[in-house]
Amino acid sequence: MGEALRAALALVASGDATLLGIVGLSLFVSLSAVTLATALGLPLGAVLAVTHFPGRRAIVVLLNALMGLPPVVVGLVVYLLLSRAGPLGSLGLLFTPGAMVIAQTVLILPIIAALCRQAVEDAWVEYQEQLRSLGVEGARAALTVLWDIRFSLLTALLAGLGRASAEVGAVMIVGGNIDGVTRVMTTAIALETSKGDLPLALGLGLVLIAVVLALNAAAFLVREAAQRRYG
Amino acid sequence: MGLIRAVFLLVALFSCIANAQQRYITVASTTSTEQSGLFKHLLPMFEKKTGIQVRVVALGTGQALDMGRRGDADVVFVHARPLEEKFIAEGYGVRRHEVMYNDFVLVGPKSDPAGVAGGKDVVQSLRKIFEKKAPFVSRGDRSGTHFAELELWKAAAIDIAHDKGSWYREIGQGMGPALNTAAGMDAYVLSDRGTWLSFKNRADLVIAVQGDRRLFNQYGIILVNPAKHPVVKKEMGQAFIDWMISREGQEAIAAYKIGGETLFFPNAGN
Amino acid sequence: MILPLRLEQVSFLHVLQPLSLQIEAGPSTIILGANGAGKSVLMRLMHGLLVPSSGNVSWSGTDARRRQAMVFQRPVMLRRSAFQNVLYALEVAGVAGAGRLATEALAEVGLGHVAHQPARVLSGGEQQRLALARAWALHPEVLFLDEPTASLDPTATRGIEAVIRAFDASGTKIVMATHNLGQARRLGDEVIYLHQGRVVERAPVEKFFAEPATPEASAFIKGELPWV
Repeated sequence: MGEALRAALALVASGDATLLGIVGLSLFVSLSAVTLATALGLPLGAVLAVTHFPGRRAIVVLLNALMGLPPVVVGLVVYLLLSRAGPLGSLGLLFTPGAMVIAQTVLILPIIAALCRQAVEDAWVEYQEQLRSLGVEGARAALTVLWDIRFSLLTALLAGLGRASAEVGAVMIVGGNIDGVTRVMTTAIALETSKGDLPLALGLGLVLIAVVLALNAAAFLVREAAQRRYG
Repeated sequence: MGLIRAVFLLVALFSCIANAQQRYITVASTTSTEQSGLFKHLLPMFEKKTGIQVRVVALGTGQALDMGRRGDADVVFVHARPLEEKFIAEGYGVRRHEVMYNDFVLVGPKSDPAGVAGGKDVVQSLRKIFEKKAPFVSRGDRSGTHFAELELWKAAAIDIAHDKGSWYREIGQGMGPALNTAAGMDAYVLSDRGTWLSFKNRADLVIAVQGDRRLFNQYGIILVNPAKHPVVKKEMGQAFIDWMISREGQEAIAAYKIGGETLFFPNAGN
Repeated sequence: MILPLRLEQVSFLHVLQPLSLQIEAGPSTIILGANGAGKSVLMRLMHGLLVPSSGNVSWSGTDARRRQAMVFQRPVMLRRSAFQNVLYALEVAGVAGAGRLATEALAEVGLGHVAHQPARVLSGGEQQRLALARAWALHPEVLFLDEPTASLDPTATRGIEAVIRAFDASGTKIVMATHNLGQARRLGDEVIYLHQGRVVERAPVEKFFAEPATPEASAFIKGELPWV
């Protein structure tokens, strides 16, 4: 373990261009996935929280269950879609960072939508009567509540980001772990482990954890500041 | 649903823009070749000369050939001749060129429970391992190495699929994990010399048997048939193949050493 | 004019037995009753937040939705400034000159000095006044109030009652649920007394307190003011 720590510090101190490239790509892929999943998932979760229609409860259960989608399965399905032999092969996305973003978006969309639904549903209890009294209903009411609880939704986003940056199954399959093109932190760790270079793998792992920790700390500070500002 | 389509197209557009500047080909090769470090040594030379980036997706031989069948790769570069010839016979490949060979080694624990260390006959050694039921790790992943291992069992007149016991551990993974597992279990394992030389987690493993002609491992390179998959980048793919079998490429392969030892022996055109 | 409001044989689950009554313009109406009598349910049926199990709730005139407002026991504010909360209500209603109206409403309830502070950091009394400002800005014909001072201290309560009196003076019809008899006498013109989901008595406020006509009403008054 001591060797791993030293390997990690040596890596970071060296400012190795390959390492920076890998970290940069990991952040790009996971943050893009979180952005896309948020754009799609927040409205979905909010509308699901405030509207009632036949089959709603089944959809809620399904969405909650999809939070546990195995990354390898998502990777496999997206691979089959993007393969030349598959329906979307002509887009030429396989083995590019784009494919990785798509796979991770699919993976974390249920997490963000389901957690958002829960948060909005809980807030809805508080806001519902007043908003309806003012004549605000349906989608407009959902979006008002959504915007009002935006800082607590940060937790949902962080959950999605955590899942995305930690997974290796999906990005390995659709990205191919190509040196310099689709190699991210998790696939690099998998590679170094299988090459038997365990200290290096552990070192990379520590760098990954440090990056995710920094993102979480930043989000926490943002929440605190917002709490003080808006009450 | 329209929104989802839009998202896909947006990502595709972005990807296109990102890729537009870079000319590249996709090569399906094997994990053992990549992990030996050969590509890190070779590919920059080719890119410098031609401006073509070579993107290697490293899988087992079986999966690499499947990638070629699906048209997800432009070139396949693997080491299992019968499987490669089948690939061409099925019409998925244009032509097979021999590129280089290396050898396999039988690696095992220092304690040598099957009593095969220092031997020169790998088939005889496998028989001893089978009789003593010494722990043995198999890649079990349709790779070139796995295929070679199965051929050796056949040569030893052992029906391994039928007669294996709990001493025979199939892990379904690449050479690195197989060596890791063997190191952890004090087991025998068939490995290519390249991966063994660059493997860092040896624990108590040493080379038990080497030098047998049956451990000879030939690599072949094949252009995926553009008639089957028109999207194959046939000019750039052919340029890569031509370079690999050219004098320049062959010399580059011979120049790659780990710890002073040559890993791969070029033999194109032999 | 959306008044009079007519309730015909309106009931709600087991909480309200079928009742009929008419709310006229003019005098401020107090809905009085013990906890669980059904005051909140009746208010919400009238305002349209609940659908009756049976019977009809009908307003006169058109656009009844827009011409009423309600203030709840606990004010619900958005995470924005006091000014923006009032603005929101006006924008939703599609009112022109929303900014000016919002500023005026805040001044009317004495919150002009905190207009740009986050609404949620204001005190309970201030937030309830803000809720009244939000309702005021809409210039409703009818203002429903569901126990508006139940969670407030006496000073804050006085502030709220002053605003309600101002509403009343400006011509808005007040319909207020409370179990605070003093407040009922201070602010009300007539009393509708609810007992276990039924309208048991309805009378002008002084007559109700001086000579309650029913034993239930008598008992209630005595219970709240044992020295009577």
